[in-house]
Amino acid sequence: MPDYPSLFDILGPIMIGPSSSHTAGASRIGSIARQLLGDTPVRAVITLYNSFAKTHKGHGTDKAIVGGILGFGPDDERIRDAFDHAKRSGLAWDFAFVGDLSRFHSNTARVGLTGKDGGTIEVVGASLGGGRIKIQEIEGFPVDFQAQLHTLVVIAEDIPGSIKQISGVIAEEGVNIASMYVSRTEKKANMVIELDQPITASSMERIRTLTWVQFVRLVNPIVEGTSRYEK
Amino acid sequence: MEFQLLSEIADYCRSTGKDMAQAMVDYEMKHRGVTREQVYNNLKRILLVMEESVEQGLTQQVISPSGMLDNWAKKIHDANVNTLGASLKKAVARAVAVGEVNACMGKIAAAPTAGSAGIMPAVLVTMMDEHNVPRQRLPDALLVASAVGLIFAKNSSFAGSEAGCMGETGSAAAMGAASIVYLLGGTTEQILESVGFALKASMGLVCDPVAGLVEEPCTTRNAVGVANAFVSAQMALAGLRSLIPADEVIQATREVGELMSPRLKESGQGGLANTKTGREIQKRVFRTEPQK
Repeated sequence: MPDYPSLFDILGPIMIGPSSSHTAGASRIGSIARQLLGDTPVRAVITLYNSFAKTHKGHGTDKAIVGGILGFGPDDERIRDAFDHAKRSGLAWDFAFVGDLSRFHSNTARVGLTGKDGGTIEVVGASLGGGRIKIQEIEGFPVDFQAQLHTLVVIAEDIPGSIKQISGVIAEEGVNIASMYVSRTEKKANMVIELDQPITASSMERIRTLTWVQFVRLVNPIVEGTSRYEK
Repeated sequence: MEFQLLSEIADYCRSTGKDMAQAMVDYEMKHRGVTREQVYNNLKRILLVMEESVEQGLTQQVISPSGMLDNWAKKIHDANVNTLGASLKKAVARAVAVGEVNACMGKIAAAPTAGSAGIMPAVLVTMMDEHNVPRQRLPDALLVASAVGLIFAKNSSFAGSEAGCMGETGSAAAMGAASIVYLLGGTTEQILESVGFALKASMGLVCDPVAGLVEEPCTTRNAVGVANAFVSAQMALAGLRSLIPADEVIQATREVGELMSPRLKESGQGGLANTKTGREIQKRVFRTEPQK
């Protein structure tokens, strides 16, 4: 809970039942995976872990995740018939279940997506309760963000000055960086940058066209409260 | 306007001459930078979903996927026998209605959680239909409920895994009691007393859902929660004092939540979930894998 929660952190979310963690949160993990794919998904491979694996059926966790992958919000009544909608929109899906994996949060899902243009993404997310979620892994990189702000995700070659260049593009727009998290493997770096406002499409394009950048996506915030005000 | 305690909200009301609903509008405008109109528009969206979920549960077929819930709201509503008086009987049916809609993957507004989502709609619809409160007053009642929820969230927890059902239907009953007192013209002090009564009656309530589903006993605890709200409001409006002030009762719910065994907090390992029948139901519900 933030210091000054919104009244609409208390009232709401408006959601498809039965569970804010196992249904609403699950759909959000799916929709973030879709945003990270950046394309219309045609194939989804989903692994549910721990409590998600054990109780998905009664909570509609499976339908909620598929609904999220289709782009349905947690209050979209189409979630109930998400499998039918998936068939109609040409999304094939597969589920696997892992009952006990203690290194993961009790409500964890791994979502692998393939887009119609052949791109793929693999995301691990956990549902924390109240519809809040945390993304923990993208393309094998450990990450940690709740998508409460506009979140820029970049995967790039690990070259000196990369952070400076990307933060430079953001700074030129006058957008505040709220937080930045960097992790690296031997040759690649992953940056998760939380922003107070979104950056423009042209800035996204500038980052995308940097020769050493392999992947860049902007994830929309899903925070309750403020963002639920219709602008 | 930090509002860490209900007594601070009451002080704010006293010093500004505003009621609790308007205090919460001030809070939201200040901390979120939004307009009064935006706040009310959101409240109306939530009220609409609340009313629709009550209506759905009382008119449509609601049989949960597990089979545990089977049109219970309609059964209560249509029963010839009435142990409650007309108003409370309808309130109980409405709370169960929303619980069933929730279990059947229908649309609900969590208030404060999905598992306790039946109480506030049941309170508000009953105040409107049985106590002649005009619909235009319901957003303010929801604001008063949110004040209680806000302070509860800051000092205790809504999570079944932290505070058990006390944190869910308990806090919802307190929110409901506060809004009833407000709608019937009670003072801010009486609102706080009602919160104290409702939470004291929920103290130590465990979270032990059968098969881990938001169905049994969640749905019938929503029914009892709405009754708790009306009983607590009645006592406060009659001038009874909670003796332990509401803020201290909230503090006690936190302590009790911390003392509660993890097995009794949404683990599926204790209480009703761990009974012979509870285990059998769990086996039956989860026997088959989902169909593609």
